[in-house]
Amino acid sequence: MALSRRQFLQISGATAAGWAMASVCPNWGLLRAAEQAGATARIVPTYCEMCFWKCGVLAKVIDGTVVKLEGNPVHPHCRGRLCGRGNGGIGLLYDPDRLKAPLIRTGERGDGKYREASWEEALAYVADKMQVIAAKYGPESLALFTHGSGTSHFYPLMRAFGTENVAMPSFAQCRGPRVAAYDLTTGIDIGSPERLDMPNSKVVVLLGSHLGENMHSSQVQDFTQAIDNGATIIVVDPRFSTAAGKADHWLPIRPGTDMALILAWIHLVLKNGWYDKDYVERYTTGFEDIRDSFDAYTPEWAAAETDLRPDVIRETGRIIARNAPAVALHPGRHVTWDGNDVQRERAIIILQALLGTWGRKGGIFLPSPAKLPPLPGGKAFPKPKRKPLNRGDFPFAGGEGVTNAVRASTLSGEPYPIKGWFVSGTNLLATLPNPEETRQAIRNLDLLVAVDVMPTDTVVHADVILPECTYLERHDAIAQLRGRELALAIRQPAVEPLYNTKPAWWIARSLANKLGLGDYFPWEHYAEKLEEDCLVWDVDFEELKQKGVIVFPGSAAPYITATNPPRFKTESGKLQLYSEELELEDFAPVPEYVQNPQPKNGEFRLIYGRSPVHTFSRTVNNPVLTELFAENEVWLNAGVAEEMGLKSGALVRLVNQDDVLSDPVRVKVTERIRTDCVYLVHGFGAKSKRLNRAFGRGVSDQDLITRYAVDPIAGTTGMRVNFVKIRKEA
Amino acid sequence: MPRYAMVIDERRCIGCMACIAACKAENEVPPGSFRTRVRETVEGKFPYLRMEIRSELCNHCDNPPCVYNCPTQASYKDEETGMVLLAKEKCVGCKACVAACPYDARYVNHEKGVVDKCTFCSHRVAKGETTACVTTCVGGSRVFGDLDDPKSLVSQLLALHPAETLLASAGTEPRVFYIRRSGKPK
Ligand code: SF4
Repeated sequence: MALSRRQFLQISGATAAGWAMASVCPNWGLLRAAEQAGATARIVPTYCEMCFWKCGVLAKVIDGTVVKLEGNPVHPHCRGRLCGRGNGGIGLLYDPDRLKAPLIRTGERGDGKYREASWEEALAYVADKMQVIAAKYGPESLALFTHGSGTSHFYPLMRAFGTENVAMPSFAQCRGPRVAAYDLTTGIDIGSPERLDMPNSKVVVLLGSHLGENMHSSQVQDFTQAIDNGATIIVVDPRFSTAAGKADHWLPIRPGTDMALILAWIHLVLKNGWYDKDYVERYTTGFEDIRDSFDAYTPEWAAAETDLRPDVIRETGRIIARNAPAVALHPGRHVTWDGNDVQRERAIIILQALLGTWGRKGGIFLPSPAKLPPLPGGKAFPKPKRKPLNRGDFPFAGGEGVTNAVRASTLSGEPYPIKGWFVSGTNLLATLPNPEETRQAIRNLDLLVAVDVMPTDTVVHADVILPECTYLERHDAIAQLRGRELALAIRQPAVEPLYNTKPAWWIARSLANKLGLGDYFPWEHYAEKLEEDCLVWDVDFEELKQKGVIVFPGSAAPYITATNPPRFKTESGKLQLYSEELELEDFAPVPEYVQNPQPKNGEFRLIYGRSPVHTFSRTVNNPVLTELFAENEVWLNAGVAEEMGLKSGALVRLVNQDDVLSDPVRVKVTERIRTDCVYLVHGFGAKSKRLNRAFGRGVSDQDLITRYAVDPIAGTTGMRVNFVKIRKEA
Repeated sequence: MPRYAMVIDERRCIGCMACIAACKAENEVPPGSFRTRVRETVEGKFPYLRMEIRSELCNHCDNPPCVYNCPTQASYKDEETGMVLLAKEKCVGCKACVAACPYDARYVNHEKGVVDKCTFCSHRVAKGETTACVTTCVGGSRVFGDLDDPKSLVSQLLALHPAETLLASAGTEPRVFYIRRSGKPK
């Protein structure tokens, strides 16, 4: 097993990435020496924002420099264990390419020409433009796109200004179908972290969820605990993911047909009487109305759709049913696949219900019932004159808004024009499908403001760039964690902001002051507000600052008991197998199969996913993380590659059904994927030249996602509907 | 006296590379060098595949060729802890140990002109803490502890499951053990 040094590097996923960090980073060697000589390290507890799981972090600070990040052992989302990205937070903090000062555009949008400005000038510019738009078109013509902790600062600013047009890609480009489906069926979200009781499960079923590569600390911990416990792992994925590598049953399904498999499993459960009759009777409605709806979905029928063997469908269905309710049937997280996504999620929830897993050990545990006293509302927001357009015409769009609806209105001017975008913490060009539409919408704007840490592709289109400091340099809202137990966690700065950057709360408040809306931010420093919140909750602020997290003991009630029934927040108070709400809006009240188009000869369905050391496009320039995974490759089935005469490492371009041609990308020849699809890790192929490490590395899957299937129920965008051909590079 | 060892439970390794990132920050490992790595191998043909993922590091061998081949005695086996360590002030950067190590566990720190490698985070262990990689290991695959303490997790795991070492035939007697499958009937 002799490994050459070259392999050592390759195994770690590293390529010869340019490493500019050594020269700009603080000299840790000197700091450690100082520590050994007696300089004391300070430990600052806070919570992570390398992704949105919000793990508790203990930042070790020596002499004003963060030298190490470790997990907070008492924080329920990490239990002391940070993932690679969490460890790599230092790489964000000390990334030399960070935004360092407010910038005002001097060239054309997207050409990257800016001049530095003072905060005073930049904020005055933004406030002035906002007021001009409000005077001309009304305040509703300003929209906010946001993701992450910036939301709690910019949302009130927008509402105070008079617009409700807020949208977060976490809905329409990610979890939205799941949110809508749970809302319709149980009235209670499954939460983030998803409340799956995997450490107690006898069976774990993943449908396209690539846990491990999709890294969320406590969830992956629970998954490996389930493996260790000897739970039967069933993974449905066209790709032999890391999770599939751990599975007892890997079902390499034909992409776009997962619904058929779920319907067949429901068919088996109903037909064989494997459902939990007592549970169904007590806690659900509509059973009689759905029981015959799955008759046609036999394993043989599903086999033809899914390219799985009927006996495998039967056998896995039997395993799932036999072990109920201790079955963790994961509803997935990024579930915007093909436009029929709400219904697919509904089907999963119906199966969860028939097996009686909601509120049962090893299934889905119940959220902590503990309540915090409500925070005083503050000054009431003005009522906008025009109806918000951020949910489009989608009857079951969620409160996070539909980004693509706002984009569509920006393009069409209907029902009224959107003339200003305020973008906080989201790289829309790498997030929304069909980036060309996003670019066109941007052309229609009178104002584009970006608040961010890094000069992403979207940021370098902005008229004004407001540089936010990193999560390690700022306060944000106290995180209310509602898992098994209720817990509160604080974000507080480990070090002072570097360069001329500011926390989002400061930016929002200063803008509010400029707009005469200072009353909505009735404090000087955000820490005052956090302290007041703690007073209301009767929580010791000093203790929270010191420990980073406070868990409320005795606040868990995870399983159904005689005194702890499930409290479904639906009209009937029960879990609604049959959806009258959907029926009223002319949608199928019971999930039905809709066949998706399949690629033709020479085409491959483009599927995409994640690397455990990256969060979308947010981390692709991080010096610590690029050393572990510098760029994506296109995964191609080994047999197909041989036919095409392609070897691993060969450069190819992908061209999609609309003739969009990708930049060159290297091929990864592998047995780990079906012959009818190719796979890319999402988030690469940055075009912003200010990202020195990420620029031009790998390819953007988003650029090839020119088609998207909008789910008419919730407005979410199915993005796994694009087909590509492979073009060899000479 | 403790006999420190690491057990790596491959069943729980998810290949997330958190260990690498934590190790590099903890030990100021220079760009391009690594003290630990994640190795992923896949066997078989679609759809009959088998995957093995594990992390690898210095094996802190009980019969360490690197130590025997060090002309300046910079590389040594610590008598108290059994860790294979390096007295950097004695290291002349001749790379004899690098060549001798069958696990490719060592690298040259060019800036300092010395060889370097995993120390089992001896500086943390001395303070009663565990290693950086074990602390952060999301899958709970890496476990560190004292083989002489029957209550330690490493001892318990080795009692429960069959374990192997890497390149056992080389006679290096590694102190890093790999669990590939459960000892318990499933
Ligand atoms: S899962 Fe990783 S990146 Fe996400 S919050 Fe936790 S440590 Fe940070």
